[in-house]
Amino acid sequence: MEIPENVRKRLSIPAEEHFFAGHTACQGCGASLGIRYVLKAYGRKTIFVIPACCSTIIAGPWPYTALDANLFHTAFETTGAVISGIEAALKARGIKVKGDDGVMVVGWAGDGGTADIGLQALSGFLERGHDAVYIMYDNEAYMNTGIQRSSSTPYGAWTTNTPGGKRHFLEKRHKKKVIDIVIAHEVPYAATASVAFPEDFIRKLKKARKVEGPAFIQLFAPCPTGWRSPTDKSIELARLAVQTAYFPLFEYENGKYKINMPSPKKEPKPIEEYLKLQGRFKYMTKEDIEYLQSWVLREWEKLKKLAEVFG
Amino acid sequence: MAEYKPIRKVVSGNYAAAYAAKHARVQVVAAYPITPQTSIIEKIAEFIANGEADIQYVPVESEHSAMAACIGASAAGARAFTATSAQGLALMHEMLHWASGARLPVVMVDVNRAMAPPWSVWDDQTDSLAQRDTGWMQFYAENNQEVYDGVLMAFKIAETVNLPAMVVESAFILSHTYDVVEMIPQELVDEFLPPRKPLYDLADFSQPFSVGALGGPNDYYEFRYKIAKAMEDAVKVIKDVGKEFGERFGRDYSEMIEKGYVDDADFVFMGMGSLMGTVKEAVDLLRKEGYKVGYAKVRWFRPFPKEELREIAESVKGIAVLDRNYSFGQEGILFNESKGVLYNTDARPIIKNYIVGLGGRDFTVGDVRAIAENMKKVIEAGKLDREVEWYHLKR
Repeated sequence: MEIPENVRKRLSIPAEEHFFAGHTACQGCGASLGIRYVLKAYGRKTIFVIPACCSTIIAGPWPYTALDANLFHTAFETTGAVISGIEAALKARGIKVKGDDGVMVVGWAGDGGTADIGLQALSGFLERGHDAVYIMYDNEAYMNTGIQRSSSTPYGAWTTNTPGGKRHFLEKRHKKKVIDIVIAHEVPYAATASVAFPEDFIRKLKKARKVEGPAFIQLFAPCPTGWRSPTDKSIELARLAVQTAYFPLFEYENGKYKINMPSPKKEPKPIEEYLKLQGRFKYMTKEDIEYLQSWVLREWEKLKKLAEVFG
Repeated sequence: MAEYKPIRKVVSGNYAAAYAAKHARVQVVAAYPITPQTSIIEKIAEFIANGEADIQYVPVESEHSAMAACIGASAAGARAFTATSAQGLALMHEMLHWASGARLPVVMVDVNRAMAPPWSVWDDQTDSLAQRDTGWMQFYAENNQEVYDGVLMAFKIAETVNLPAMVVESAFILSHTYDVVEMIPQELVDEFLPPRKPLYDLADFSQPFSVGALGGPNDYYEFRYKIAKAMEDAVKVIKDVGKEFGERFGRDYSEMIEKGYVDDADFVFMGMGSLMGTVKEAVDLLRKEGYKVGYAKVRWFRPFPKEELREIAESVKGIAVLDRNYSFGQEGILFNESKGVLYNTDARPIIKNYIVGLGGRDFTVGDVRAIAENMKKVIEAGKLDREVEWYHLKR
């Protein structure tokens, strides 16, 4: 559908497409939307580094690529290290990186490749201060491998290795707070984003382009296949995750916190609204939901406090 | 071409490697410290700190990341270098496959060190030989001069065939032992080793491309064949580059196996790396005493010098293969490879495996003499007493 001129002018999302039709993502895939927005923000002078994950497949098998940018496929745990090496090579060759017209080096890895096996390389990349952007697309499990838990899988969620059953479910741990680990490195810029709020995401991508040193964005990207949710509900789910404060959008910039959505003044919606749309939470009892609700609100209060004190 | 006047410096094997990396004008060095490799990277860091070299140095958080960063750098068009030892090399293993699979001419120095446990920091070739099937070329240096020369040649060869290369030196025996090394003036190195022309360049945006995507059963096979072919082609490139090196700088490396006294020898000692220095010394002495012995020093283990080995086998009655390494459940690795090469030939000299010097156990001229005695008896008897002998074993 052609977007009318007057509407297009109001949108801050660039109209040009650098993500080709014909990619092989599942219906309703949040990650594929994420790639599309990153390329809209950065254009084709971008070097993507993708480890083993859904996006390896989404981009297409040899000799195809769905990305209108250069793409290096790498081993699972190496995203942080490979983008470090690429940035070093560009600098050694006198090629401009970042800024308005420089080459963008983008690490694009899932939650497993970031929160688990790739955490060490991510940490190295962050503390050494390379001029690249690392985007963790968070669909809360090892989706490409067949929906196994990652340390980013939330409390109560069914996965194939933390199944729910007649007695109960196995996933008893809360989601690992990767963004807090990132911020502990005193990076210049870190943010959360959601595919349900593309303008906010693109604004953050553009900000990440301008900062000197490493930038990190944790992008919330629903996976209908793994979440056992209807394929047309992905955006609604991503929006509800923000509105319930389960996945609040915020930025950390040179020591300062800023909450974007939901507003700190607004009461978050009950978590149950978000949970009930997904098959992966169907094993949760009323008590489980109450327990998760209390955790979400506690974390939300913590974030509000941070924004208040370090805003 | 400017006249070649070598610059003589007394340096350790590790410093020889560092100078060679500098003279090769490496652009990115990513490395993690591990004994006894550390002084290579320390020296390179010193060059950078003093403004003597313009290198992007990435002090990574593990060897796995060191190789990953070198792979990223090389894919983005830079000349990339690293160095490691033993456990560090083992940690890199996964990424060694990635470098060759993505056809990236990364050059690495491995300081041969024994694998733990028990902990050992001393010389042993099992670490590098365990990387046999990763698609890396492997050059074994006998002395500090060969470390220096090897690194320069490795870059030229690697960048010609688009495969990574490893230059291997012995822990402490070379890495920390000082010797005179003839270095080449920078402008002559530049003539020998011009700037790299990458096979592909992630910083070239004229047409989008991807590297390393999923290759189905219909494509994967051909990718492997291309690597196999490149490794095969490397034999000629190695000989040509070795010859060119000899013509320019007086040290000829056109033979993948360096030979001595082979033509009229009853048997030869075959081995790799610094232990061959001891062997060469011993063979000189044994010759004076009337032993008809020779030596065959394998410089390149990958690609394996099959033809040269077959030629040697045609003229001798026996080959004593000295392995400072061991493949459990089988035998010494060089022995294993050599036997395989000779199976489909008419030349079938007696070939016996001596496991020596594991974990840095001393290997002396006296040991070579004792092995010569044993080998002589084997040849006189016309049959093996045993196929594999753990030479130093305390019984």
